[in-house]
Amino acid sequence: MPDLAAIVGTAQYRPQRRQEAPAMFALDQVADLAGLAMADAGLAPSQIDGLAVTSVGFGEVRMFVPAMVGEYLGLKLNYGEVVDLGGACAVGMAWRAAAAIELGLCNAVLCVIQARPNPTDPQAPPPSPLARRLGATSAFYGAPEAEFDVPYGHVAQNTGYAMIAQRYAAVHGYDSRALAKIAADQRTNACANPEAMFHGQPITVDDVLASRMIADPLHLLEIVMPVTGGAAFIVARKDIERTGRHRPALIRGFGEYIQCKSPSYADDMLLTPIGPASRRAFSMAGRTPADMDMAQVYDCYTITVMLTLEDAGFCEKGQGARFVREHDLTYKGDFPLNTHGGQLSFGQAGMAGGMSQLVEAVRQIQGRCGERQVKRHDLAYVSGTGGVMSEQGALVLEGMA
Amino acid sequence: MSTNVTDKPLPRVTPKTRPFWDALKAHRIDIQRCEDCHAWVFFPRLHCPKCFSKNLTWTTVSGDGELLTYTLSRVPTLPELADEVPQMLAVVKLDEGVHVNTTLVRLAENQIRVGMRVKPVFDDIAPDVTLLRYTAA
Repeated sequence: MPDLAAIVGTAQYRPQRRQEAPAMFALDQVADLAGLAMADAGLAPSQIDGLAVTSVGFGEVRMFVPAMVGEYLGLKLNYGEVVDLGGACAVGMAWRAAAAIELGLCNAVLCVIQARPNPTDPQAPPPSPLARRLGATSAFYGAPEAEFDVPYGHVAQNTGYAMIAQRYAAVHGYDSRALAKIAADQRTNACANPEAMFHGQPITVDDVLASRMIADPLHLLEIVMPVTGGAAFIVARKDIERTGRHRPALIRGFGEYIQCKSPSYADDMLLTPIGPASRRAFSMAGRTPADMDMAQVYDCYTITVMLTLEDAGFCEKGQGARFVREHDLTYKGDFPLNTHGGQLSFGQAGMAGGMSQLVEAVRQIQGRCGERQVKRHDLAYVSGTGGVMSEQGALVLEGMA
Repeated sequence: MSTNVTDKPLPRVTPKTRPFWDALKAHRIDIQRCEDCHAWVFFPRLHCPKCFSKNLTWTTVSGDGELLTYTLSRVPTLPELADEVPQMLAVVKLDEGVHVNTTLVRLAENQIRVGMRVKPVFDDIAPDVTLLRYTAA
């Protein structure tokens, strides 16, 4: 079992609507988040010798990103990496950093995703109309999606998730009230999190079902709201010398599985990659889903959460709705889920949205969550999801004794 | 079906995929089959994703299949497709086993059922572009 690497510091911008967010160069966002995470961990810049970033959202650079970021931050790196897993980036960064540390390659890895707007380049040509709203879909020449998805309107994520939900309904039945309860319970959590986008705005199951239908069966309040923000965390040897006193969260188990770019081409779109990813993570950690004190589950949509609960093994396949009905998913409840509000109620800051789940798990383990602090907070399950159930990752975190 | 579609996104055809689109234009469905392991291949590739053979041949199929899933998009997935709302986006499993992203046409919302038999509709959206849509068999 991995026993050497732990998350020792975190930082997270408060989510903001795009028009309210300060425009900052990506390099400056990364430096700012890095400083905050190092201060939280009690580490000096000279101790950071690993770096994981995404390639998304850098106005300044497309290639050689780790070298440019390292140079800008003033770091000397034994390990540098771009992780390209969409919403699974944070989980993917965490385990890659842990593996590098377990192998003795480095001592402390900064993992950072910036998602505030970049300043507008006054000399850049305007983007082409089609490039605007394609989400995860590629319309570049030669991309299969450019030919076989885009002309038909199979574009971005909403309809892909909706089609998974619709097939689920046909195979297992569909309890729209149970799906809506996921959103409502998470909103209760957000109302105990002053940082959340929707803090102070409770909703009910009926509110969710009364919200506008976007793509059957998904209602507006079951779909994540894009915001701006950013987050960072530091994975380090658990015995690293540091001044921070917050409890390290050991990375005990991890898994990743990449199935298809589009769920249309999966053999069975209801068997999601989080299944194999989670089985590996639990097996590595020597733990079961029932051992977990909390689940911080990637939640771009309510259906994502229910499929994750099933495929990760918190309940049987097809029993997700019953599981949701029978459990209180709030921080006060018997199955604390997305205690920060989830991205549905905290806000989804681009690729950093998936990092909110990891940051929340660490801060819960550290006992720093105030009103929403859960009572038992030693073991956490964290999931990440990229694309449309395309690529998923899972972590089992354990607070150091 | 619609005729004025110059603003709509059209397939970005490549030499690799040209035979598929040429067949559709002739209201025929040609997909690839691996001569070595006999797997059907969709979307077009230069290799068989099952056995990595490059021995693929274009083969005409009926296009008949079953509706694997669908959704009704109440907001346009692209501004250029606003006139198609609710977009009846679907995945069809051909009888050969491959999955195809498509849209349903000539169906009322309450006629759509996952698992229903469907048949191809050749939609000539532009003088030299035909899309493969589906309706009830």
